[in-house]
Amino acid sequence: MIEHLDYTTLQHLWWLLCSVVGALFLFLTFVQGGQSLLWQVAKTPTEKDLVINSLGRKWELTFTTLVLFGGALFASFPKFYSTSFGGAFWVWILILFTFILQPVGYEYRKKSWNIFGSLVYEGFLFINGAIGILLIGAAVGTFYTGSHFQLSESNFVTWTHPFRGLEAALSPSISSIFNISMGLFLVFNARTLGSMYLVNNLELSEVPEMDTRLRKACWQNFLCSLPFLLLILGSLLFMRGFGIVDEQGTIGIVSFKYLRNLLANPWLIALLAAGLVLVVAGVWKITKTTETGGIWYGGLGTVLVGLTVLLLPAYNMTAFYPSKVDLQSSLTIYNASSSPYTLKIMTYVALCIPFVLAYVAYVWWAMNRNKIKIEDTGDHAAY
Amino acid sequence: MIENLDLSMVNWARAQFALTAMYHWLFVPLTLGITWIIAFYHTIYVTTGNEEWKRLTKFWMKLFGINFAIGVATGIILEFQFGTNWSNYSWMVGDIFGAPLAIEGIIAFFLEATFFAVMFFGWNRVSKGFHLFATWMVAVGSNLSAVWILVANAWMQYPVGQAFNPETARFEMQNFAEVAFSPYAVNKFVHATSSSMLMAALFVLSISSWYLLRGRHVVMAKRSIVVAATLGLFASVFTIFNGDESAYQIAQVQPMKLAAFEGLYEGRTNAGLVAAGIVNRNKKVYDTQEPFIGFNLHIPGALSLMANRSLGSFVPGMKDLVYGNAEHNILGAAQKMERGKKAVASLEAYKTAKKTGDQAAAAAQLVTFNEYKEFLGYGYLQKPEEEVPPVALTFNAFHVMVGLGALFPLIFIGYLHFSRKGTLTEKKWLLGFGTITYILGMIASQAGWVVAEVGRQPWSIQGLLPVSVARTNLTAGTVQTTFFMFLILFTLLLIAEISIMAKQISIGPEEN
Repeated sequence: MIEHLDYTTLQHLWWLLCSVVGALFLFLTFVQGGQSLLWQVAKTPTEKDLVINSLGRKWELTFTTLVLFGGALFASFPKFYSTSFGGAFWVWILILFTFILQPVGYEYRKKSWNIFGSLVYEGFLFINGAIGILLIGAAVGTFYTGSHFQLSESNFVTWTHPFRGLEAALSPSISSIFNISMGLFLVFNARTLGSMYLVNNLELSEVPEMDTRLRKACWQNFLCSLPFLLLILGSLLFMRGFGIVDEQGTIGIVSFKYLRNLLANPWLIALLAAGLVLVVAGVWKITKTTETGGIWYGGLGTVLVGLTVLLLPAYNMTAFYPSKVDLQSSLTIYNASSSPYTLKIMTYVALCIPFVLAYVAYVWWAMNRNKIKIEDTGDHAAY
Repeated sequence: MIENLDLSMVNWARAQFALTAMYHWLFVPLTLGITWIIAFYHTIYVTTGNEEWKRLTKFWMKLFGINFAIGVATGIILEFQFGTNWSNYSWMVGDIFGAPLAIEGIIAFFLEATFFAVMFFGWNRVSKGFHLFATWMVAVGSNLSAVWILVANAWMQYPVGQAFNPETARFEMQNFAEVAFSPYAVNKFVHATSSSMLMAALFVLSISSWYLLRGRHVVMAKRSIVVAATLGLFASVFTIFNGDESAYQIAQVQPMKLAAFEGLYEGRTNAGLVAAGIVNRNKKVYDTQEPFIGFNLHIPGALSLMANRSLGSFVPGMKDLVYGNAEHNILGAAQKMERGKKAVASLEAYKTAKKTGDQAAAAAQLVTFNEYKEFLGYGYLQKPEEEVPPVALTFNAFHVMVGLGALFPLIFIGYLHFSRKGTLTEKKWLLGFGTITYILGMIASQAGWVVAEVGRQPWSIQGLLPVSVARTNLTAGTVQTTFFMFLILFTLLLIAEISIMAKQISIGPEEN
């Protein structure tokens, strides 16, 4: 069956797969959200150990999902990989820098002779949790607002802004406001999810004050995320976008492009609406009831919202990585993808994904059946 | 295509790749190798129920965790660095090179990441059987990830299963099986994993020797030594054999690398293998200076035997490969460059003809291009001598690797011999030397990568894409900045890692 898929279908399929991985990553950023909440919700060393040991059993999944997101984009949309990573150099380098800090933050924080002291490693986790996600959000924002690059005839990238990607957040422009809003939305959403996960995974009867703090943090961070969410949604309804305007693949500015995309694909509206409702339901369960299962609603909701965010700028003849300075250099899923042969081979490999998801889910269930207790933080392997 | 060529940027980008890869490789061999040893100990614990083995398993697991965290931290930059510093490369070969990286993520990394948490934290959370299964899955997952990254690396050394598409001006995959099962990839994997097993054995040996010298944890140390030395002996002998096979493959597909690591300027029949010698660093491929300073020790005929499996065969030297050798039917880089320039020119002309709609001219240019396309990469070299990699570095790295590689089996035999006689604890000289063998193993392992990567310069993809084209359009200053950022951060983390590791080793298994 895969053998008979046409090129366009494969390109759509691979953007969908990359988007699913990206959306799952956004859900898994509850780890980063939790890290950035550490100093706020955990006041005693025991509480800190609980938070770290809960998140520390999941950090690798988030990390690996990010690596897979990069690998999948490299294999399926290499022109995006080369243009964005080579062009928006500094934004990606800084993101990577924050992810270098994360694993050692967990593993070395409490170890004797760790040279720098626990606080530095907790600082590493905070930087990864806050700055890392903010920059990823700003980078995603450029899928809508565009970037400063030109491609040569050989498709080699030249970045025309001296900030090399950081202008997405640092240049005084409306685009920056949108990009930063995307970043801050992701940061506050990650923190909302982080508090939900911790409420779910920790045995909080032993530390009732932290239970209160976590539920409060969930509500506060949800409220903080709202203005940015509204700004993004409002902008998307009115924004001009970058679309393919003729048969030759010419890129042009199209007014109300993302609204048009939503109307052309009403299922995206359904995804977005369902996602938002689920996030609200999750927040409601955590903050207005004594239930602990909010993370499942918030998590699924985030996946759906994330999928919409990543699919909206790519489907319906849209340039998903537009160039502000040279429209015709803009990347679409049609001009940036691998050859049909590679996409087919990768589609066969992708048949493993359900199997991978199944064992990840099983192990998750097996490891999370029992909540993390104070005694677990004294275990020899504990972080 | 190579406008604004800034060689110092290319060199800084190469330095950064070397820095990050070498730091990463400080931790990877141990991860690859020790997971098998831990799985082995864990299996004994589950089958015997003996708590002593559980303590042993937990102890090595703890050291593994400290090493693993920094291994992961230093690893993420490598994947993304292809994009940040080598973006032209990423575009030109993303079709082929990206696939193994994505497969590595889907098949290997998730296995490792998912079961890692179970292995560490599953003692009281999952059944004993499932816990043991998780430990084995971590070993399988980490070694599977090595498969795919080595497939990707092997493809750069021996680019099979691809074709250049003049329409898109990039290399595209034609046959996935050829890429995945390339003999170069298979051998690279076997060599890297067997040497990693050897490294893990040296790690256990070094720490256990230190315990014996101190008279601490004597039973555990003796037990560990027997397991490690047995495993290490097999691994080291196996590594020597597949290393020889690697050299044979290099002779077939990267003869310049072989000539460089042997310091062979003039090709010869019945060529000898240099056992020891000091390379003349001032020697150029075009001059008549002696390649070695003073005396050098040769094993007659051994290089011919290694390179071609035939004692009397001809092994081309650097001079033959640069300027050609008609007698032995060897095309030199100079001639290849001429053809490469024709390939580049016809590709440009083809594109222009297509743009102007001149179908006849396009077809004619395409015929010319196809005739010369295998030399396309040579069209971007400035002079034929550029094809010679840094000889002294490659030579020294190769000989350090081989010299140490030959020493390791003797060390393991020594340990096994005195263990059998029951006199190991009295042999302080052996135990003293044993404590530093892990560092020697690390030097050998790093040297191996220097041979592989420095030896293939100036190519990012052998014969097809030089590093000068593969780069990103960045200034040298930008790459210098990130180079020092990584140098400082990785060094600080390494210091912390060594310090933590030292403390955990000094605490030992009892108090865990």
